[in-house]
Amino acid sequence: MNNNILHIKNGSCTSVTEIPVLGYGDFRQTASRLLGDKARHCVSYFAYPCNEGFRLMMCIADDSAHDILVFACDVEKDAELPSIAAEQLALERFEREIHENWGLGFTGHPWYKPVRDFMPDKYKFFEMAGEELHEVGVGPVHAGVIEPGHFRFICNGEDVLHLEIQLGWQHRGIEKLMLDKKRLIERVLLAESIAGDTSVSHSTAFAGLWEALCGTVPGDDVLWARTLAAELERMANHTGDLGAICGDVAYQLGAAVYGRLRTPIVNFSQRWCGNRLGKGNVRPSYAPYAFTEELRRQLLQDLTAYERDFLEMSDKIQHFPSVLSRLDRTGVVSREQAEAIGAVGMAAKCTSVCRDIRASHPYAAYPALSIEPVVKDGGDVLARTELRIDEVKQSLAIVRVLLENVPAFDGKMRSPGQPKADSFAISLTEGWRGEICHCAVTGADGELLTYKIKDPSFHNWMALALAVRGNEISDFPICNKSFNLSYCGHDL
Amino acid sequence: MTSLILILISALFFNGIIGRVKSISAGRKGPGVMQPVRDVIRLFRKGSVYSETTGPVFRIAPAVYLASVLAACLCIPFGSKPGLISFSYDFVFFAYALALGKFFCIIAALDTGSSFEGMGASREATYSMLAEPAFFLIMGSLAMMTGHSSFQSIFAAIQPSSPMGWTLAVIAALILLILAMVENSRMPVDDPKTHLELTMIHEVMVLDNSGIDLGLIFVTGYLKFAMYAALIANLFIGSIPVGFGIPAFLAVQFACAVIIGLNESFTARYRMNHNPQFIFTLTCIALLAVFGMMLIAGKTI
Repeated sequence: MNNNILHIKNGSCTSVTEIPVLGYGDFRQTASRLLGDKARHCVSYFAYPCNEGFRLMMCIADDSAHDILVFACDVEKDAELPSIAAEQLALERFEREIHENWGLGFTGHPWYKPVRDFMPDKYKFFEMAGEELHEVGVGPVHAGVIEPGHFRFICNGEDVLHLEIQLGWQHRGIEKLMLDKKRLIERVLLAESIAGDTSVSHSTAFAGLWEALCGTVPGDDVLWARTLAAELERMANHTGDLGAICGDVAYQLGAAVYGRLRTPIVNFSQRWCGNRLGKGNVRPSYAPYAFTEELRRQLLQDLTAYERDFLEMSDKIQHFPSVLSRLDRTGVVSREQAEAIGAVGMAAKCTSVCRDIRASHPYAAYPALSIEPVVKDGGDVLARTELRIDEVKQSLAIVRVLLENVPAFDGKMRSPGQPKADSFAISLTEGWRGEICHCAVTGADGELLTYKIKDPSFHNWMALALAVRGNEISDFPICNKSFNLSYCGHDL
Repeated sequence: MTSLILILISALFFNGIIGRVKSISAGRKGPGVMQPVRDVIRLFRKGSVYSETTGPVFRIAPAVYLASVLAACLCIPFGSKPGLISFSYDFVFFAYALALGKFFCIIAALDTGSSFEGMGASREATYSMLAEPAFFLIMGSLAMMTGHSSFQSIFAAIQPSSPMGWTLAVIAALILLILAMVENSRMPVDDPKTHLELTMIHEVMVLDNSGIDLGLIFVTGYLKFAMYAALIANLFIGSIPVGFGIPAFLAVQFACAVIIGLNESFTARYRMNHNPQFIFTLTCIALLAVFGMMLIAGKTI
């Protein structure tokens, strides 16, 4: 049976002809069977036009074998296919996306709700009948400086019975732009802008994929710089989130201290590559900015000052009753729920589902670091807060290890070359929110046929919707902040 | 008259001092003490926007709200000197004048038909209702102790008495201070700083008010703080000569603002469903005062 599936590694490229093309019945059965194993989850499932019809491509990551299983299926235009999501719920958003993008139908799909293409007059929100129930609609335009998204609560008094989230307002057509823009620099800039707060991890995913497609192997200094930038990005965002969580429970001291602590990290990024979010720091096949001895000393100094205050503040909030009473047992997601919806990254790791690409499918300099993922079992806001604290501590240790041995900088601007024809490449990275997956298929002329991006927020929005059930509506902001999902990463 | 003038003066600074305390403890530069007043002046220069669904109730509510609090302020004496109006059981008038203002705010919020404002109105109504018994119990026990029935006569009589009198005064001060926080929707019950409508109580209720109306609501909030702090000051200044009474009054106002500011700096807000428990605690403390009073006075129910 296994010879029907192609086994590849993260960040590798393969000829399209090597990917087994199954009939849909077989395809569906194989997917169902493979996903029955808890160590596997689907990292990408997409369709692209091929031979007058469409080719469905499924990529399943096997965390225990450190492999990615790839198989495909050709279907006709406007085909009505029996839904796989009916058996494997985690695929439901992928199927909705395929339906929305290409018009393929999936019979038996649990909930045919628009992913991004929302038309108020066409789609009717989920409803509940009841004299004592009321609906609260929030957004898409919010108070404050957050992105647009519509949240519809059905409440019984103060208690939330159901939350429906409708996104799509940030849809910029990144995947299509990736095909339309032919120059490499344009594509890198697009990858950096998928989600601004994750620009390093997204551009690392893109760079890894492009290098695989072109068959170049970047130098150690390039991989090293990407790893360092990714860990700094993780630290900065986790620290900012901790401050925001404190702000949402109106704990002014925490909000002030964490808010201040984020600054030296992003400022270091500014000093290194000229951008606080690390934009411009990752380019395919070369490292544009040297990591000098002076920068090394500066970073070590910054980290020492940072660590002292971070540990003190974190110790404080982990033992402060008035904060704990807000975080503890608020917004619980169970392990079963996380597995069922295919949650990744922080949302999964807080329910003791260990999904961390840095450990299971290591890339860049991670293979040598052998990361032990941080896992929590509470599934609540407190677990997500503590996970952030522990991941920052882990990142501090990783950065220190990286700084012990700075590879010699090769300042040359190299071109990765041309992508191979008729190839498929996949690149996974672990952004601070969770797993990021980029896939690309090239045609006979070496041009991109399709480019598929999956941000961790794609699945994790569902985790938020489940987390607030049974909670008070006034706790929604703190639940939301504890996930801190990306709107634009989801909307693409 | 003295008390009204002092309340008006304190109201100018009260929220500014809270803000300063908060910004200093967060290590921020922060706005100046007069910022709240500047905010109000700015709002008074603006026009108001009214949604199509609102009617006359929505338009008169902010004025009624301010008038009710001003009327309540008129009852407040300055130590042994009576306020502008003073009569037997004027504390009942005081409580229900405030309730009238709140009632108008709540129906104005319902008038907008917004689910946010309905949510805020329901919360505000619940917490005010729960806070009411605490106020009457503590005023009742003070009345029982002194044998008087108006603000002025109670406050005039409270000082020279026994240690019990002081104990009761301290308990009453604590309850009034927390009542001021609850009634003004401050921490730990509500977070005045948040931009998140779903967690708000007071702010979400006045979400549709703008310009002058919003300015009136702000002014009312400042006044309410100064008013409660004036009540607290009255517990202690009854027998002091006016010359010392005025600085003491202002010192109490300042102390109240600092305590509220520190509380908001170093604790988190309560979970919404802990708020009723918290407010009930007030009633329990007040009950304790009542029973203590009965023991001392040797009365039985």
